[in-house]
Amino acid sequence: MKKIAISELNSLFAAIAADRKLYIPTDDSTGQSQFTIWEEGSILSRNVNTVRSAKDSFFPQVENLMGFKVTGKQIELIETRDPAESFAVFGVRACDVRSFDILDRVFLTEPVDTYYAQRRENVCIISLACGKPSETCFCTAFGIDPAEPKGDVTCWMTGEALYWQPNTEKGEALTAQLSVLVDADVADIEQEKAAIRATAEKLPFGKLDLSAFGQGKTKELFNRPEWKALSQSCLGCGTCTFICPTCQCYDIQEFNNGKTVKRFRCWDSCMYSDFTKMSAGQPRPTQTERFRQRFMHKLVYYPDNNEGIFACVGCGRCLRKCPIHMNIVKVIKTMGEGTK
Amino acid sequence: MREPLIPMIGVVTNIRVDTPDVKTFRVVGLDGKKPFLHIPGQCAMLSIPGVGEALFSITSSPTEEAFLEFSIKKCGCVTEWLHAMEPGQQVTIRGPYGNGFPVNTDFAGKDLLFIAGGIGLAPLHSVINYCRAHRANYGNIDIVYGSRSKADLVDFEEILNVWCKEDGINVHLTIDNAQPDWDGHVGFVPNYVKELNPDTKKTVVMCGPPIMIKFTLAGLMDLGFDRTNIYTTMELKMKCALGKCGRCNIGNKYVCKDGPVFRFDQLDELPDEY
Ligand SMILES: Cc1cc2nc3c(=O)[nH]c(=O)nc-3n(C[C@H](O)[C@H](O)[C@H](O)COP(=O)(O)OP(=O)(O)OC[C@H]3O[C@@H](n4cnc5c(N)ncnc54)[C@H](O)[C@@H]3O)c2cc1C
Ligand code: SF4
Ligand code: SF4
Ligand code: FES
Repeated sequence: MKKIAISELNSLFAAIAADRKLYIPTDDSTGQSQFTIWEEGSILSRNVNTVRSAKDSFFPQVENLMGFKVTGKQIELIETRDPAESFAVFGVRACDVRSFDILDRVFLTEPVDTYYAQRRENVCIISLACGKPSETCFCTAFGIDPAEPKGDVTCWMTGEALYWQPNTEKGEALTAQLSVLVDADVADIEQEKAAIRATAEKLPFGKLDLSAFGQGKTKELFNRPEWKALSQSCLGCGTCTFICPTCQCYDIQEFNNGKTVKRFRCWDSCMYSDFTKMSAGQPRPTQTERFRQRFMHKLVYYPDNNEGIFACVGCGRCLRKCPIHMNIVKVIKTMGEGTK
Repeated sequence: MREPLIPMIGVVTNIRVDTPDVKTFRVVGLDGKKPFLHIPGQCAMLSIPGVGEALFSITSSPTEEAFLEFSIKKCGCVTEWLHAMEPGQQVTIRGPYGNGFPVNTDFAGKDLLFIAGGIGLAPLHSVINYCRAHRANYGNIDIVYGSRSKADLVDFEEILNVWCKEDGINVHLTIDNAQPDWDGHVGFVPNYVKELNPDTKKTVVMCGPPIMIKFTLAGLMDLGFDRTNIYTTMELKMKCALGKCGRCNIGNKYVCKDGPVFRFDQLDELPDEY
């Protein structure tokens, strides 16, 4: 265990950023936080969590896959992969750290997505325990401990110091480079951890009953009448899918600048009407089917294929951002009540 | 590590006009060889950069060593572009994708009944020719194939000159409406299958438009067939074909990876969303 005085945080960030890109949460002009590249003068946000998850840093919203040069009947393939470079993300919360495992199970299983894998290998995740979980947080419902996030390094912040605990080889290697850190006692953060757990204990949705969901529940849930009422006002805006740390869906598109064709991928959303539309028909004709897909995937299909693990981490982003105040908690509660 | 989304470049060496809206494209790699090995029922992504990528069944049999073939119906951007091009054109190709038919396990030793409608013959053509090449491993082969008109029958020359002349293969062709130069059966596939009254011990492999599948399945049920013995292929919108872009699922199965071949008892376990 290491530590550094809060007043010295800037020198810690500077030391990490000495040989790599470092992302930290900073507040924008509206007071909302986002992961931004650290530079001299960056101020660490004190918000509980960022508007968007740190998944952006290794599964970016838009990413070039390859290029083509077409001349007459000939096609030339141009590799456009970004060079591998190490980077670090500081301030990832426990829920988001878990979300990376959920994405890994998608992108790192055969056939491995090498674009994702390359960035994932090169990122050092520095997590940060949540001083004050907010009312919309419900990570504990998924067995996540906000006082003990995983990651390559785990940090805790008390009034005076930032405590630093490397967990992996990557974390150890980074720690070895940081002479600004001084030795600390593990016992120093016990009080902090206890305080976080006491707050987490009182989270309004922290004990959400998930028993209606999980492996093998498709038959019980798929044709339930509640889906219609729940989805009735959904705008299909896709906000919930874009801010969700576990959403994985993407589209592949092309851009032709006249000389070369760029093939890129970009996030897509199961909430959009053209997501599954094809020449032969539309298996999800109304917003009800699309809405159902989003929640069935997170709460039943993903667990079916991943030993019961839910594809929601209780980060609360969809609770904060949905313009019609619909969210996964309402879905879990409504369907759960109906099951009793 | 090879990136599965990066395709290889292929060359279209031959284009055969099958019907007014279906052409069959022969594809080899830049080295002139078959791009990759496959099993019947598997698919590949073809693309013309700048136009788009689309998934097609590999219609040639794995026993065809020199090339891959695709029978493609014109219906949108990519398919229209493919239909307009000329031999010698390069395309990109990646695959093979999907599970394919259990030709060496569940089908082995069985009497097989193939039922196809229109372009639905594309995946079955691969299985049929595979079974023909390994004739001793299978029992009798029945093929029921229907389309709108005589001109809409895909692979018509091969059916007439090869399949129809082979021992142990019975071909039953039908078209929707009578026409002067047709002396064969007239009527829809589902009814024809019922009329033929096939032995319920046969293993059925069925592919075609959803409406044909629906009524043929009902007919087969009436005849006493078992759903564990009927196979079909599913068609959903696809982008990655790797089980990652999240687009093609039916319940917890991704059609691109866990399919496109399913037995009806397997489909019964999935939500009705296709
Ligand atoms: C597992 C699988 C196997 C398949 N195998 C085959 C196969 O062997 N052979 C085959 O031909 N297809 C096959 N398909 C279907 C094939 O993938 C689609 O036909 C193809 O993606 C269409 O691409 P496109 O770019 O031409 O069409 P797109 O441009 O993407 O679009 C079709 C859309 O455009 C509209 N559209 C545009 N032009 C027309 C038009 N002329 N007529 C009707 N609608 C139009 C339609 O409304 C439709 O929504 C298969 C699909 C799957 C999933
Ligand atoms: S954010 Fe709300 S309105 Fe928008 S798609 Fe999601 S549930 Fe629907
Ligand atoms: S569904 Fe909502 S609460 Fe769950 S991980 Fe996604 S954004 Fe967070
Ligand atoms: S096509 Fe992407 S998951 Fe099947």
